[in-house]
Amino acid sequence: MTDHKPLLDPALLGTEVVEPASTAGSGPLLEAVDIRKRYGRNEVLRGVSFGVERGDVKAVLGPSGSGKSTMLRCLALLEPIDGGEVRLEGRTVGVRGSGRPARLPERELAHQRRDIGMVFQKFNLFPHLTALGNVMLGLTEVRGRSKEDAAQIAGDMLERVGLGARTRFYPSELSGGQQQRVAIARALVMNPKVMLFDEPTSALDPELVGEVLAVMEELAREGMTMVVVTHEIGFAKRVASRVIMMDEGEIVEDGTPTEFFGSPRHERTRRFLEAVH
Amino acid sequence: MNFDGAVFWQALTSDTFRQGAITAIALTVVAQLTAVVIGLVLAVMRGSGNRVLRGISWTYVWIFRAIPTLVQLLFVWNALPQLFPALREDWFSSFLAAWLALSINEGAYMAEIVRSGLLAIDEGQQLAARALGMTPWSVFRRVVIPQVVRVIIPPTANEFITMLKITSLASAISLQELLTYTQQSISITFRFAEYYAAAAIYYLVIVSVFMAFQAWLERRFLWSSQRGGERRLVTALRGMGAR
Repeated sequence: MTDHKPLLDPALLGTEVVEPASTAGSGPLLEAVDIRKRYGRNEVLRGVSFGVERGDVKAVLGPSGSGKSTMLRCLALLEPIDGGEVRLEGRTVGVRGSGRPARLPERELAHQRRDIGMVFQKFNLFPHLTALGNVMLGLTEVRGRSKEDAAQIAGDMLERVGLGARTRFYPSELSGGQQQRVAIARALVMNPKVMLFDEPTSALDPELVGEVLAVMEELAREGMTMVVVTHEIGFAKRVASRVIMMDEGEIVEDGTPTEFFGSPRHERTRRFLEAVH
Repeated sequence: MNFDGAVFWQALTSDTFRQGAITAIALTVVAQLTAVVIGLVLAVMRGSGNRVLRGISWTYVWIFRAIPTLVQLLFVWNALPQLFPALREDWFSSFLAAWLALSINEGAYMAEIVRSGLLAIDEGQQLAARALGMTPWSVFRRVVIPQVVRVIIPPTANEFITMLKITSLASAISLQELLTYTQQSISITFRFAEYYAAAAIYYLVIVSVFMAFQAWLERRFLWSSQRGGERRLVTALRGMGAR
């Protein structure tokens, strides 16, 4: 559906893609350093550390309740963390000061979130806007594009995810797979440096999973840096460059797909893989 | 039966009745719109993380829902000028007093309606908007408010209609609205049935127009690509009969 036009087209997304040579290529693009998060007395993340290299696709597996979604929300700066840091291109984000850093005010967090794209399990499309309106909103409200510009860019992007004929439809008039593709387009037009996917196919009917995974695979092929929380073992095997296993708020395994699925080192990974196969 | 059709018709078409109806409509619209704004502010305060703001909002709703509307109306008209001499001037008209009293009172009810609208919105909406990098104000204006409006249209339309009828209380502070004219006419002619019937017809017509407006508004917030030609008020009016 998207083989003729790339999803990541600098001409479409504007000129902000140019990176200064000093920051590009040195160290991970996105890094979690000993992230801790608790809800009341419940410790959801107990020191999570990992890095995502530029162009990497990191698949995150693990049983439900293991903290995968929470971790993603922390990386997206949507949840304050209780310890550790999130680094984007080597810079600590979400907080101000060192020693005992304070969380940035929401306005400044908003500014930093522009570089991080997020796709949710339940799509979270805006029901009062058409598919086009959904994809346009970030462009007009955050990127300061004119309505005409935004409509042009959003329309092109929707075409690239195979929804060129659905731009005038409202979310309630789209299938789950179509809604999720709109959601991906909505995040992509913001030209993020990294895309975070929170179980993007878990809420879909089985026959609709394929169309969403196809867009994600295409995105990976074009070199987008991605962190994908998923239950799709097949996708992790095919597309991921690294696979992480989370359990009880910790990362218990981190390896290439071959290592991870071929010879998992940790007992909990083995048991999890047996359970989902 | 003692019903003088000529008197009824004369009342129905009289300038004084039309004048009274216009006053009632004007008061309804300005008071209700002011109340919507008050309700919105109170509802946002109620949902804020600030304990003082939450307390103020709660107290407002508590006080102004508890005191009868008529008492509030009389208080603003009679007691406020006693407390504040500045209000003894001519500019403090009975219309202004009624506007103030009714919108303050109705604001308490609107606060609860808007609050229920805010609670009805999926938390994923704000999450998605924030993830896009939208500022809090932008999230509120572009994502939250449009969805709240849709939820609160039916209960707010109810309040609108109630407000129209409550404006008749303003006859107690001698505002020249519909009921005041009705009672003045009756006190001269002692024709109860004719004048009350004429007033009733006026209220019926005004409420019908409000309902048509509500139907039109609801269609605008249908969020469907199929509504195309049905957005016009005339069509909404026609559709009303079928509801």
